[in-house]
Amino acid sequence: MAAFDTSRLNGGQKLAIKYFTVAIVLFGAQLLFGMVAGLQYLQPDLLHQAVPFSITRIVHINAMVVWLLYGFLGAVYWLLEEESGWPVVGLALGNLAFFVLTVAVGVVVVVYLLIQIGPGNDFTRWLITEGREYIEAPRWADIGIVVCSLIFFYNVAATFLKGRFSGISGVLTLDLIALAGLYLAGMFYTVNISHDQYWWWWVIHLWVEATWEVLVGCILAWGLMHVLGTRRQIVTTWLYVEVVLMLGSGILGLGHHYFWIGMPEYWLKIGGFFSALEPIPLVAMVVHSVYDSGEHHLRNTNHPAFAWFIAHTMGNFFGAGVWGFMQTLPQINLYTHGTQWTASHGHVAFWGAYVTIVVPMVYIALQKGRGNVWMGSGLAGAWRWKWALGLQALGTVGMAMCLLIAGYVQSFTERAMGGSTWEAYFHAQTQPWFTQAMHWRMAFGTIFCLGFLLLAWDLVVIGVGERRPAEALPARRAEAVPA
Amino acid sequence: MEPLWQRESFWRKAAVFVTAGMAVVLLLLTFDSMAKSAVGKGRVPSFAVINQEIDYRFDAGRNMRVPVVAGEQPLFGKRLSEAEAEAMVSHGKKTVQAKNCMDCHTLLGNGAYYAPDLTKAWLDPQWEGMQTLTATDSREAALAAFLEHPSHYPTQERSMPELKITAEEARAVVAFLKWMSAIDTNGFPANFDPHAEEK
Repeated sequence: MAAFDTSRLNGGQKLAIKYFTVAIVLFGAQLLFGMVAGLQYLQPDLLHQAVPFSITRIVHINAMVVWLLYGFLGAVYWLLEEESGWPVVGLALGNLAFFVLTVAVGVVVVVYLLIQIGPGNDFTRWLITEGREYIEAPRWADIGIVVCSLIFFYNVAATFLKGRFSGISGVLTLDLIALAGLYLAGMFYTVNISHDQYWWWWVIHLWVEATWEVLVGCILAWGLMHVLGTRRQIVTTWLYVEVVLMLGSGILGLGHHYFWIGMPEYWLKIGGFFSALEPIPLVAMVVHSVYDSGEHHLRNTNHPAFAWFIAHTMGNFFGAGVWGFMQTLPQINLYTHGTQWTASHGHVAFWGAYVTIVVPMVYIALQKGRGNVWMGSGLAGAWRWKWALGLQALGTVGMAMCLLIAGYVQSFTERAMGGSTWEAYFHAQTQPWFTQAMHWRMAFGTIFCLGFLLLAWDLVVIGVGERRPAEALPARRAEAVPA
Repeated sequence: MEPLWQRESFWRKAAVFVTAGMAVVLLLLTFDSMAKSAVGKGRVPSFAVINQEIDYRFDAGRNMRVPVVAGEQPLFGKRLSEAEAEAMVSHGKKTVQAKNCMDCHTLLGNGAYYAPDLTKAWLDPQWEGMQTLTATDSREAALAAFLEHPSHYPTQERSMPELKITAEEARAVVAFLKWMSAIDTNGFPANFDPHAEEK
């Protein structure tokens, strides 16, 4: 039996397993609260006063942000020692940060659920909720997050400095500086709502559409070397190309959030132009992944991980790229901004770009933890990971299409015809096409949840009964990190 | 020798220069945007605008509707100084944050989509009819009464929960909404016309 044995792992990898475990639990919490929030559209009386939509949505999205971050942290700790050739520097501190962060996340969620709101003063902002979408965490938690980020950065930067730097680790380290630094932009109060929203987008956009994308680029680069045996020079060069395209378009692409918040009109042109370029690196990723898979005849060491990586390139392109591009020009965005179009884009983009990078890293971790066992063709119970991936993909695409139809109804009925009044808003919300779309969204959400349950089951049992060693990649492709 | 576009070293340098260049441009634009969207500098009104009537009219030159500040119309009948108005608007914004308003509503289009956008809520024709329902005689009084006890005035199946908003907080939120409605949002939300019913 290939039970999970942490003695096979290095220090960073043991810590990574802790992060991955909490990540998957929070993934489940995200889905639970997402389902309740979706049901509240259909049954507005459901938990109306006890746990109103605002709270279910906060927990749904905050759980997602936190579990994805946990997944990224886990992925980086997983590859840190192998990539640097050096044991993690300050690992004890890293472990302490994990426990502090996890307890803090638990406290924040309990406060969200049980206390929910407070009086309109600074006490509430510091201890209950900051009330700013996505970063509702109260200020005390913000400070904790920054401290834990600094510890994480110290672990990563010090380990690479002691060991060796590579292209991947260089990009990764610089990206983490930006990741931690940008969070500070969301940590102050201003009464000017336009300035509030300006800086808020530095956290939201420059995380999700810039630093997160670069971070997953680093993880994907390492992952492709690991499972496909792609040459380091190729992935590193592509990583640089991606940084050029991603940050070259994404930094000023930030402007597509500045169309309607009280900023000067020039953002309509700058934001529209640069955000329209944002899909280019994602197209490049798809082109190269298809080319690379063919070049290697799809031969890889970990079939589930590789399949999820493929899902990532496709999901990132369609979810973040195409679905974002659809509504990024101001002429269209005027009618779609703040409607279910955005929810459609959000669902397919976050699954396509980010869930699909954390899950394969968990599969890579499980393969090693279970004794570097075979995870290729003929793997017992392979139907589980295939159906888990398939159901999640189907659920995501289905939800995105339903929300898009609902969004169209809003753009047409509420904005174009109704003139965006409150009456027009509710008129659109009660249109048959809108309500039917919301019912179907729940059906696809249920399919997604089945995919999650299968995934959770698969993560527990995959490779457990396997005795064959992992497939070895041809030696010429296995390349050491340059000293 | 590999061509330039295939060289790792070329793309490394390009990554550094492109990122740094874009960051510098963003910083320069940020300075300009901060100045142009400062309170009282044109696009974002001074807080004392809550003492005045706010209208929303089509501007043919810009091909969009823009806020127009007209005559005197003190909120709740009391004229405030700029500092008093700022304190009231700030209390309103902190209340909006403390009640997680943005996780059902949108403000300037950002937030959740479970309830109507609040960008021009102050100007919405809804509050004419709500004066009858709330037995009040002004737009601000109707808004404040609704915010204090939304469950007393249900107009839709999907209604607002009770959020323990005090009378003072409700008035402050109304001040915040009135001030926000005077921000120049480049024509967002689409086609919004507070005078549609008059026509």
